[in-house]
Amino acid sequence: MGTIELLMQGFAVALSPESIMFALIGAILGTLIGALPGLGPANGVAILIPLAFSLGLSPTSSLILLTSVYAGAMYGGRISSILLNIPGDEPAMMTCLDGYPMAVKGKAAEALATSAIASFIGSFIATIGLVILAPILAKFALKFGPAEYFALFALAFATLGGITGKNQFKTLIAAALGLMIATVGIDISSGVQRYTYDSLHLFEGIDFLIAIVGLFAISELFFFLEQHAGDGLKQVALNKLKLTAKDILFVLPASLRGALLGFVSGVLPGAGASLGSFVSYTLEKKVSDTGEFGKGDPRGVAAPEAGNNGAASGALVPMLTLGVPGSGTTAVLLAMLISLNVNPGPMLFQQSPDLVWGVIAALFVGNLVLLLLNIPMVGVFVKLLSIPPKYLMPIVTLIASVGIFSITGSAIDLYFMVGFGIMGYVLRKVEIPLVPVILGMLLGPEMEKNLRHALVLSDGDWTVLWSSGLSIGLWVVALAGLILPMVFGKILRTKMKRSKDGLTD
Amino acid sequence: MLKTMSMKSVLVSGAAALAIAGQAQAFEQSRSAECIAPANPGGGWDFTCRSVGKVLTDLDYIKGNVQTVNMAGAGGGVAFAHTVSKRADDEALIVAASTATTTRLAQGQFPGMNADQVKWVGTLGADYGVIAVGKDSKYTSLSQMMEALKNDQGSVKFAGGSASGGWDHLKVLITAKEAQVENLPKIRYLAFSGGSEALVQVVGGHVDAFTGDISEVKGFMDSGDLRVLAVLSEERLPAPFDQIPTAMEQGISSVAPNWRGFYVPGEASQDSYDWWVNTVDELYQTQEWKDVMTKNGLMPFKKSGEEFTQFVKNQTLDIQILSKDIGLIR
Repeated sequence: MGTIELLMQGFAVALSPESIMFALIGAILGTLIGALPGLGPANGVAILIPLAFSLGLSPTSSLILLTSVYAGAMYGGRISSILLNIPGDEPAMMTCLDGYPMAVKGKAAEALATSAIASFIGSFIATIGLVILAPILAKFALKFGPAEYFALFALAFATLGGITGKNQFKTLIAAALGLMIATVGIDISSGVQRYTYDSLHLFEGIDFLIAIVGLFAISELFFFLEQHAGDGLKQVALNKLKLTAKDILFVLPASLRGALLGFVSGVLPGAGASLGSFVSYTLEKKVSDTGEFGKGDPRGVAAPEAGNNGAASGALVPMLTLGVPGSGTTAVLLAMLISLNVNPGPMLFQQSPDLVWGVIAALFVGNLVLLLLNIPMVGVFVKLLSIPPKYLMPIVTLIASVGIFSITGSAIDLYFMVGFGIMGYVLRKVEIPLVPVILGMLLGPEMEKNLRHALVLSDGDWTVLWSSGLSIGLWVVALAGLILPMVFGKILRTKMKRSKDGLTD
Repeated sequence: MLKTMSMKSVLVSGAAALAIAGQAQAFEQSRSAECIAPANPGGGWDFTCRSVGKVLTDLDYIKGNVQTVNMAGAGGGVAFAHTVSKRADDEALIVAASTATTTRLAQGQFPGMNADQVKWVGTLGADYGVIAVGKDSKYTSLSQMMEALKNDQGSVKFAGGSASGGWDHLKVLITAKEAQVENLPKIRYLAFSGGSEALVQVVGGHVDAFTGDISEVKGFMDSGDLRVLAVLSEERLPAPFDQIPTAMEQGISSVAPNWRGFYVPGEASQDSYDWWVNTVDELYQTQEWKDVMTKNGLMPFKKSGEEFTQFVKNQTLDIQILSKDIGLIR
């Protein structure tokens, strides 16, 4: 069956009333979460996973809901960037640079509309990229043996810190924590229990979802309790929208370039959305030397937004085809799929075409919904921004607890969730990133398994790990991913910081 | 809940009195029942509970509804412990089980628990084991492969979707043992987290052979990427699998059904146990259940009551011996 035909079947799934409803709910909740400063897409998805479980949704519906949340959060991130000059999440940081000046000039509505259109273009193009690239990669994935997978996981770990990571050492600590947690439970290669102390609840290891919800959602609650943050945030007022076709055409090339760059950086494991938006912005600045970048150029809003939304869809490619997440949020999505007994990887395209193509089609639908939501209804989201967190946090906690309880029906899991919440709070206090913990938990066992398989197959000969062209290629990329950020990361970050500081002065 | 329970026990003693008076089938099942699926939604046990629950209510065996409760943990151990310790006399409770349950019981992976602590009701079908190779493999029959293993136990490497010592691994060992291969621990088995992951490695040419269930191989069999050497059943399976030879035909008497069935709490009354056994027997004959089986690729496999209990005992014992042979347990 051809790709187009499969995609059409996907649309049949995505256009069912149920799917549209979940896409709509996901888009709204996602935009809201993305807009709230501090709550990024990974948190958003983590908070809403329990919702999918407590509603007892099918894998397809859950994934449609959560990918819409994901896409929505990428849209929402720009709202607080533009109105408050506080990025809703890290990838939205570049949007502050020209978005906030536009808002100060009284063009907040135009900035929001432009960025919504750019976000749409970014997602749309990247989703087309996903349609083209994913099936090819899925077929190619058959070439991956244990040795190649091992190299691929090494690559994912090597690029973990990513280009925007602040402290490689802290990233390492976080990943090591994740790896340690992952060793609990049965070791499938030997059938032996590790660190379970004869407690049945530990036999299958510690559930990723409990860790995710605890680390992200519950720690958020502790932070709130600490800050007693009762009030909403002050913001620039919203003007009446005056956007002409000419304005849209003006930012179109920037959006298209941003979309492509974003997609490519999304597909690379570890690089992700922050890099996508940064590269897109820098390129745009270079390409058009006539603009007023940093002072409210609409292209400076369009490029990074197209970039980070493109990266968001791009990151789904390695997750769906290889089972290796390209970003923190896709890691969270991956954990949820595994819990629903859906194994991402090349077989997914053969075994559950309904799910894969349904979700891809839902991304198209979701984006259209998001565009429609974000232009006329942006005022609603702006109002929601001023909802005091004291009403939001209890709801988040309630959803998290009910959801975790409904996964296994065991109160012990709730204790674990709170335990992870405390751990998340402590880690965030000492500025250790949380995403590598999750990636360590998810990828560690896979990496161990593949190493052992490779060695069994080669009868203990270690050279098998770099004996194919593919694995050598992966090792080279992994090394580059490890070393380049150390060299260029510093330069990039100072540049990002300087352009932002220059703005607030 | 407690109240209805004591009400129920009054009913039961009443029913017992009637039974003494010579009336069969005096037990009256409560309005609603519960089925524990000892895993997350989406897996085999979840399917067993949901499909049986639906047919039971559709055909009015249960007047109210059969609620499926997912209780994941320890490969069924959490649900087993829950049934033994907290629900020991609940007569409206069934728990989904399969060969994975007996394997873990046999290997002592539910610490302090054994198969005698519950009552085994019956099976509703099975998924039979297969051994398969990629389309470019040099092996065209199971006997050929076993000959190779006799000469060198490390010559064929197997990939399967269960942990080491789990059912997929055991299938290889059972077959090799029947084929008089010696030194079983030397046979290489690669554990994957699911059958599909293992299949990709075999189809991709990275591992020599696949061990799994018939339901897992259909896709790659149809596409011609996979050659199924043998199905581990007593007789050939119905179409579209009727072209696959059994191991028996190739002179190796290895049979490995991954059955799907139920147990009930150990202190449930004999009457309630009989009710469940009869119900499962009747259910198995209905057109509704036959449709479920065809739709989901379940193969015929029927044992219930005393016969099933004996079967579980034997299977547990066999697995125990085999696991000792390979040094997994002492």
